[in-house]
Amino acid sequence: MREIVSLLNVFCLLSLLAVGGGSAVLPQMEHETVTVHEWVSATDFATIYSLGQMAPGPNMTMVGLIGYKASGLAGMLVVLLAFYLPSSFLTYGASHIWDAFKDNPWRDSIQKGMAPVTIGLMLAGVHAVGKTASYNPEHSLHFNAITVAVGLAVTGILFAKHINPAVLILVGGVVGWFCLRGV
Amino acid sequence: MNTSSPAPAAIFAAFFRIGVTSFGGGLVAYLRDEIVTNKRWMSEDEFLAALEIGQTLPGLNSVNVAIIAGRKLAGPAGAIAAALGLVIPGAVILCILGFLYVRFHKNPDVAAALAGIAAAAVGLLLQVTLKIGARQFLNPLDLVFVLLTFVLVGLCHVSLPVALFLIAPCAIILHRPRKEVSK
Repeated sequence: MREIVSLLNVFCLLSLLAVGGGSAVLPQMEHETVTVHEWVSATDFATIYSLGQMAPGPNMTMVGLIGYKASGLAGMLVVLLAFYLPSSFLTYGASHIWDAFKDNPWRDSIQKGMAPVTIGLMLAGVHAVGKTASYNPEHSLHFNAITVAVGLAVTGILFAKHINPAVLILVGGVVGWFCLRGV
Repeated sequence: MNTSSPAPAAIFAAFFRIGVTSFGGGLVAYLRDEIVTNKRWMSEDEFLAALEIGQTLPGLNSVNVAIIAGRKLAGPAGAIAAALGLVIPGAVILCILGFLYVRFHKNPDVAAALAGIAAAAVGLLLQVTLKIGARQFLNPLDLVFVLLTFVLVGLCHVSLPVALFLIAPCAIILHRPRKEVSK
């Protein structure tokens, strides 16, 4: 029961802090779920995040799996509700009053000012997942060279060509299966 | 524009279809195609206004847009139908993936493939960050805020509410509305 309450607290807060989208709370989420509460291992977190990129729908629905690992099916439900409900209520309420502020010049200032903060948070998210999934000191240099190369290849290919990212991530899985076994 | 507003069941069906087919992210584009182009439930301008609210408020942009669109079409029931339709398919698929993960993650073949998948997902997140942050990375003032946020949250683990409280007001004030040249 205490676990459920902690899950509720952590993910409600994350929901309301997700400024500029879900990726912005990745660093805080990683810190809370791996280091502070130890609901999942660092490898679990990176894997769960990447599985979320392959499923359809909003890419942060993967938070449910963190709840599942922490506390079974009840944990999964609690986390999904905690992560989606608070921000959804806020949006529902705010979209009522939004028009009143339509021409307020500060709206533009908030959007322009928050943009670099969101990007900084996403960069911290790359670091939070990458420190396990791309360059992990517990793995051999050979292993890390392959994971870094796969990541950079995906980045490069996505800039060069219009490809569905889910396909590239599956290809990453095939490359991993060929190159990372027993390394 | 359709004059008769759709029933919640029709809204649920439309968003459920997006929730099933939207592999690989880019959900906002799927939403636009369905709401504006196929169903003509919103005009292009209405959709962009909804997206603006969805991006500014906390929470996932796609879920927020679904809630605003659903509310506009059929009130609270419409908002609930839209959000559930969007989230449920991915949640069910992730439930299955998570179950398989918990069962098979110790298998060396599966572990190698998952490592490749996670490595590729980091590349995807990096590409998205660089792409939507291109303007912020090239603007020296914004870059300061990007790096400041990254260092505080990503490296020093300053908690997100504290970091936002410190950084956001400065970032917004620096982008404050400029007075028009004297009229």
